[in-house]
Amino acid sequence: MLKFLRKSLQTGLVTTQYPRLPDLPPENFLGAPVINFEKISIERLKEAEKVCPTGAIAVETDGTRSKASLSYASCIFCGRCAEAVPEAITMSQEFELATFFKARLITSAEYVDGKLTGVHLPKREASIEELGERVRDEIFKTLGRSLHIRHVDAGSCNGCELEIAALQNPIFDLERFGMHFVASPRHADMLLVTGPVTRNLEIALQKTYEATPDPKVVVAVGACGCSGGIFGESYASRGGVDKIVPVDIYIPGCPPRPQALLHGLLLAMGRLSIH
Amino acid sequence: MSSRLIMETLQSEFADHLAKIYVQHEDEIQVELLSERLDWLPKICLFVHHQWKAFFVSAWASDGCKQEHQFKLHYLFSLDNEKLFLVIHAPVSADQPDFPSVAAHLIAANWAEREIQDTFGLTAVGHPNPKALWSHPDWPSSTFAMRKDFSIHSNPTRVDGDFPIASVEGEGVLEIPVGPIHAGIIEPGHFRFSVAGEPIIRLQAQLFYTHKGTEKLAEGLSPERVLHLSERVSGDSTFGHSTAFCHAVERMCGLTIPERAQSLRILCLELERIHNHLSDIGMIANDVAFLIGYAHAMRVREDVMSLNERLWGSRLIRGVNALGGVRRDLSLSIIPEIKSLMIKVREELRELDQILMNSASVVDRLETTGILHQSTAKDIGIVGIAGRASGLDRDFRRDHPHLGYSRLTFNVPTRQTGDVMARTQVRIDEVMESTQIIEQILQKIPDGPIKISTPELPKSAFALGYCEGWRGPILHALETDSHGAITRYKIDDPSFHNWPALLFAVQGNIVPDFPLINKSFNLSYSGNDR
Repeated sequence: MLKFLRKSLQTGLVTTQYPRLPDLPPENFLGAPVINFEKISIERLKEAEKVCPTGAIAVETDGTRSKASLSYASCIFCGRCAEAVPEAITMSQEFELATFFKARLITSAEYVDGKLTGVHLPKREASIEELGERVRDEIFKTLGRSLHIRHVDAGSCNGCELEIAALQNPIFDLERFGMHFVASPRHADMLLVTGPVTRNLEIALQKTYEATPDPKVVVAVGACGCSGGIFGESYASRGGVDKIVPVDIYIPGCPPRPQALLHGLLLAMGRLSIH
Repeated sequence: MSSRLIMETLQSEFADHLAKIYVQHEDEIQVELLSERLDWLPKICLFVHHQWKAFFVSAWASDGCKQEHQFKLHYLFSLDNEKLFLVIHAPVSADQPDFPSVAAHLIAANWAEREIQDTFGLTAVGHPNPKALWSHPDWPSSTFAMRKDFSIHSNPTRVDGDFPIASVEGEGVLEIPVGPIHAGIIEPGHFRFSVAGEPIIRLQAQLFYTHKGTEKLAEGLSPERVLHLSERVSGDSTFGHSTAFCHAVERMCGLTIPERAQSLRILCLELERIHNHLSDIGMIANDVAFLIGYAHAMRVREDVMSLNERLWGSRLIRGVNALGGVRRDLSLSIIPEIKSLMIKVREELRELDQILMNSASVVDRLETTGILHQSTAKDIGIVGIAGRASGLDRDFRRDHPHLGYSRLTFNVPTRQTGDVMARTQVRIDEVMESTQIIEQILQKIPDGPIKISTPELPKSAFALGYCEGWRGPILHALETDSHGAITRYKIDDPSFHNWPALLFAVQGNIVPDFPLINKSFNLSYSGNDR
């Protein structure tokens, strides 16, 4: 017993200071890709589209007009686009991508005759006014200080599970925020759903959703949860959590690093200052 | 024994039944059966199994109905002592879609043949337990997802049906259904325990909940895209699966990757082994309510994860593997950091090992719990750490040297008792080995390129790719059509072979020990279901 105590005292405090202090990922981190639309031609955008394994980069051309878009909901952060078009696409260190609205995960630009006419950059997060309009806003008020989370794997590759499980280790220590993983949806305020929702888990996800008492929050985790990711829609995959149950918060990543998950969860609880 | 001698023996034994026999990629003996001699398939498999003590590795089918009006079966054996693979290819006519079951004689082929039945609609005649494995009860019975005439975008209507669960009857026998949504942060699957009091009489499992159609998705895609799919077969084995896929492509194109790339791949594979083993050791401590053990193991694991992030930009080592090498290089400046972390991991684990093994509450729960006997493990074809903990001394790193593992010295830790304790200790020993493998790599990391360009895939080719992942051997098989496009991609995760072991190991144990036994195997649902 004394040995344990000594070991613990020797080890000291290991818990991260995030989110009180920023936790900047390393320089070569594969974070959110950023397209410099000023510097890129439609042809080069199409090359990026071609190498993108999930269709996160899409270019549509209609006569002289073209529209290019990049969605962090389906991006798997592989860095292929930045390799193919290094002069205009970079992998940033940005990882705090969680949002209430899927539309905010999309960056797009319009071109006429190959000339850039407009860029729509996503706002980082909803303004307070917009949040006020949200039907589910009440929930966040109710859940303000404590949150019980039920994790639901709807067909994930288990990458997201590794990172969610890491939230419980002494480094990330989720419980310091009053957040707690529970064993049953009946005990839960929040469903943390991973995976593209496979055909074989569709019904289980629905039943889990129904078994969770109101008010409840659903969080879609990872590229698969946000959009179906690399698996997309097929005989085996439904293509994202919001195809089956309403989703309140999207946490992109493949998988999101634990800090990104933490960011999303705190955002859900209304405990992050609105950017 | 040389591959020539093996071919001569097969030739003299089965000359009338074989269409072709040849060596490919140095260590693959390819045996093609004549189409009218399909009934000889089990005999040849058994001959190979007995004659050279060959282990059954995997069996799968492919659909060549459009071109040749036939399906093809592939049975893969490993001749560990000879460092060879032997693949038996057997054509099955589309007019008569059945074949004689090999599993009837070699039970290790049990699940593989049932999957072939469910996904290709080829009947394994004489299979001892031919019930559905892959198909869920709401999947229509005459729809076969891996056939070429089944579109990946179709959505078969659900039908009524129940799981084929055998009932256990008797006084005081209860059934406990568990899942598919489990109580922890783990993957989904359905378990049905039949218990009398606390001891488990029988456990039945319904898996394939996380089936994502990965193999089918790969068909027709460019290898660069399939590489990213392979990284997502099982998240915990991201690098293992992507290495196996790259290996398959590289062998198909006849490429040998630069030595520096080989060393970097070994580095990644061993880092993956270390972080998963540390996590498992921690979770095993957690499952016996020894939280201090959990906390320390997870703390050290987190050091490895953040090292991964600094080295490769990804904690799970995603986006690192490339066809023909690796995408990310190692900078000289970070090498001392890796070295000191390896020393730290060893010291911390040694201390943790002592803490765990000197705690009666831990030892009492681990010893004699969830025993998998060596004979059972051998018969049902258990691989990887689970096999080594039951005395099966097999490791692809030594038995099928790849990536320059033959240039390194390392031990393959084994245990004989086959209980949770043995599986824990094999993990502890393996982490120790991995840290010194990494030290060897860093000692003499060769200079040079980290990647060579890969040509287009050759036409109508077949290749195996493999590596020893942290859980066990990972094997991928790749086939291309007459245009050089991927027409079949078979993914073989060790979990697929080891799930049946769990069903044996829990028998006679009490229900509260199930999570512990399950954790000690730590099988991937996603790798199994794909």
